[in-house]
This record gives sequence, structure tokens and C-alpha cells, in this order.
Amino acid sequence: MRLPLLALLSRGPAHGYELKQDLEQLLGSAYPQPNVGQIYVTLGRLEKSGLIEGEEVAQSSRPNKKIYRLTDAGTEALRAWFEDTADEPRVRDDFFMKLALAPRTGLADQIALINKQRREYLNTMRNLSKLSATEDRDNRIAHLLIEGAMLHLQADLDWLERCQEELEGLE
Amino acid sequence: MSHAADPDDNGRIPLLRAEGLVKTHHGEGAPAHAVRGVDLSVRRGEFVAVSGPSGAGKSTLLHLLGGLQRPDGGSIWLDGECTDSYSEARWANERRRRIGIVFQFFNLVSNLTVADNVELPALLAGTGPRQARAEREKLLAELGLEGKARSMPGELSGGEQQRVALARALVNHPRLLLADEPAGSLDSKGTREVMRLLSRFHQRGQTILLVTHDARLASAADRVISFFDGRIADDAELGGTTARGTGLSGVLELKD
Repeated sequence: MRLPLLALLSRGPAHGYELKQDLEQLLGSAYPQPNVGQIYVTLGRLEKSGLIEGEEVAQSSRPNKKIYRLTDAGTEALRAWFEDTADEPRVRDDFFMKLALAPRTGLADQIALINKQRREYLNTMRNLSKLSATEDRDNRIAHLLIEGAMLHLQADLDWLERCQEELEGLE
Repeated sequence: MSHAADPDDNGRIPLLRAEGLVKTHHGEGAPAHAVRGVDLSVRRGEFVAVSGPSGAGKSTLLHLLGGLQRPDGGSIWLDGECTDSYSEARWANERRRRIGIVFQFFNLVSNLTVADNVELPALLAGTGPRQARAEREKLLAELGLEGKARSMPGELSGGEQQRVALARALVNHPRLLLADEPAGSLDSKGTREVMRLLSRFHQRGQTILLVTHDARLASAADRVISFFDGRIADDAELGGTTARGTGLSGVLELKD
């Protein structure tokens, strides 16, 4: 979450709670609760590494708040972030290892594992569909996020189908 | 073995029930065992999706349930009534009154207007012209097609044609709606539209059996049957909660 926070700060100085609200607004209900504690911890680390600078601002009725702004080093880090491509998605390796090792242990049936995993994915898919129906229509970023999650899940389900086709023939 | 027309645990007769359905296609080459012993029951008001890879026999199953093909073995009960002795004419009549069907390629009559496509099954079922027109107007408005009544199917987008097909399938208020890959030839926007409409009709009590290879579409149903190689591999109610309870918090993880 370091770089997203830097990116939010590139528009201008802000304090931790504002950043939490920014994230909420940007990502919509698919990212329900940005953890404010995590945001403060991350801001502390960013400050320590010189990517942002904090300034205490006195408030009359409440404790001081700290306003952060991006440093030149921070802008550089952001540029490098945009320059870099992201890692490709991976196969869910925990499930895959279960599937691969089940026959050796005699403790689980491969087809039963696939069916169980499929139910899990389908339920998540259903939740995403509901989320998509309730999310603000104008929040394109939030809709793209949900759609991305659904397409990944679709690929996982297609792959489970392939596993089932292959492994059922062996029984 | 329980008798297929027997009431379920709540004392209700299922809207649709099949037992021991078998269908083998004899074409060129080896016989294809499309449906290999399927037992299935759909309660009133349920939205059931049958999902699986292409070639698994899903469409054949739907065709059997709608009387478009006859099984080699097994029986089907509609509303507790055994259909073994139904003639082709009787099935055709059922498809007008009690069973609505939508297909992947819409199957609209290309030289009839949208309005006539929707009204025709109502007129064939004996509805008066005035009533048929009123039903058609209501459905087209509901499906966002008010301005399209005089259009020909070929002038519409795929998504619009499928909505017309949906209106045609529902014009006689069938108790059961069968949908065979209804989004199979639509883009992702059209898919979402079909999903939204099926959910909406289901919420009003429409019983739906949907066949699809698209898991996104299947997840609109409250029960998903996984179909492999002519058989039911799994039959799961979707409660919307996940076993691990992580649910959606994992959609996007911003680490570190």
C-alpha cells in the first residue's frame, strides 16, 4: 500500500484519515475497509525512508494531526512504479498442492477437493455479482476492479473444469 | 427409490422432476452419450444453473426437459404429471403455455417485427389480440425496448434480440423458463444485461433453469449443478457465503 499512498499524495498534502477516505471513494465497496492503522504505519515508514515529509498541525479541540506531503524522492519512486510492469497472476498454489498430493496421502479425494473448491469460487462469484449490482454505477474504477476479480475467478473455474475432466478419466 | 411425483420434504410437488434420464446421439462415428442417467428436481421459484464445459451434454439435458428431444430412458414430470405419454403436439402446447425457452442464437422469426415475434406465441395460445398487445407492450417496456416494436430482428443488436426472445418466452407467463446459453453470443455488457434481467424475473417468482458454461452467469442462480460428461458431478446451493469466510476482503489486497 506504500505506492498507492504516495500516488494519492501526489495531488497535494493530506493527513492519514483523508487518505483512507480517498481510497474508499476510489475503490468502492470491493475494498470495504481500508485499515486506518495500517495507513498510519505505512505513512510512518514512508516518512522514515524520506519519500514523504510530515508536519504536525495543531488543532484547538483535538490532538495534533500530521499532514504529509510528497518529497522529490517520493515522486521518483512513483515514476519508477509506473515504469515497472506488475507480476503475472499465479495459480493458487495451495489448492494445487492439495490436488497433486491427495492421492499419496489417501486422506482426500481429488474430485471431492475440486467440487469443494468450485463451491467456494461460485459463492465468491455470487458475492461479486451482488456487489457489482449494488456498486455506484458511475464508479468505473470500482466496477473494473470487480470485473477483474470475476474474470480471474472465471479462469480458476475453467481450470478446475480441466482438472476434473483429466482426473475423472483416471478413476 | 422415491417416486418422482412424490412431494418433497415440505410437502410440495416439484415443478420439474427428472429421473434416470438417458440420451445418446447416434451420428457419424461412435455414439455420443450426452446424458447418462440424470436425476433432477426443480422447486417452484428456484433459479437453477447447470454449468459445465461445452460438450458435457448440458444443452441436450435442457432439450429433454423442454420436450425438444425425447429421452432414450427415464422420465420427466411437470408439476407432478408424468410426460411419458406426451405427443409432440402436447409438448408443443406445453412450450406455449407452461414452458418458455430462450436460446443462444435467439431464434426470432426474421421476417416478423419485434412486436409480432412477441405477440405470436400469445395469439397461438389463444390470448385475444388486445390482451396479447397489452402483454407485449408491458414486456417490451420492462425490457427497455419500447421504441423497437416496429423494428425487424435483424436491425437490433444481439443483446436487444435476446431481450426480445426473453419477452417472447415470458409472454404467456410460463411456470418454467428454460435458458440455453442465453449470453453465449453476447459481449460482456450483453451478458451482464441478461444476468440482471434473469435475476429480476427470478426475484418476482419466476422459476428458471439456465444452462451455461459461463460461471459469472451461473452465479446469478441460487443453485448450481456442475455437469460433466453427461452426469451431475455436484449440486450446490449458493448461499453467497464462503467456507473460509474471507469473502470479498480478498478482492483487492494492498500489502505492505
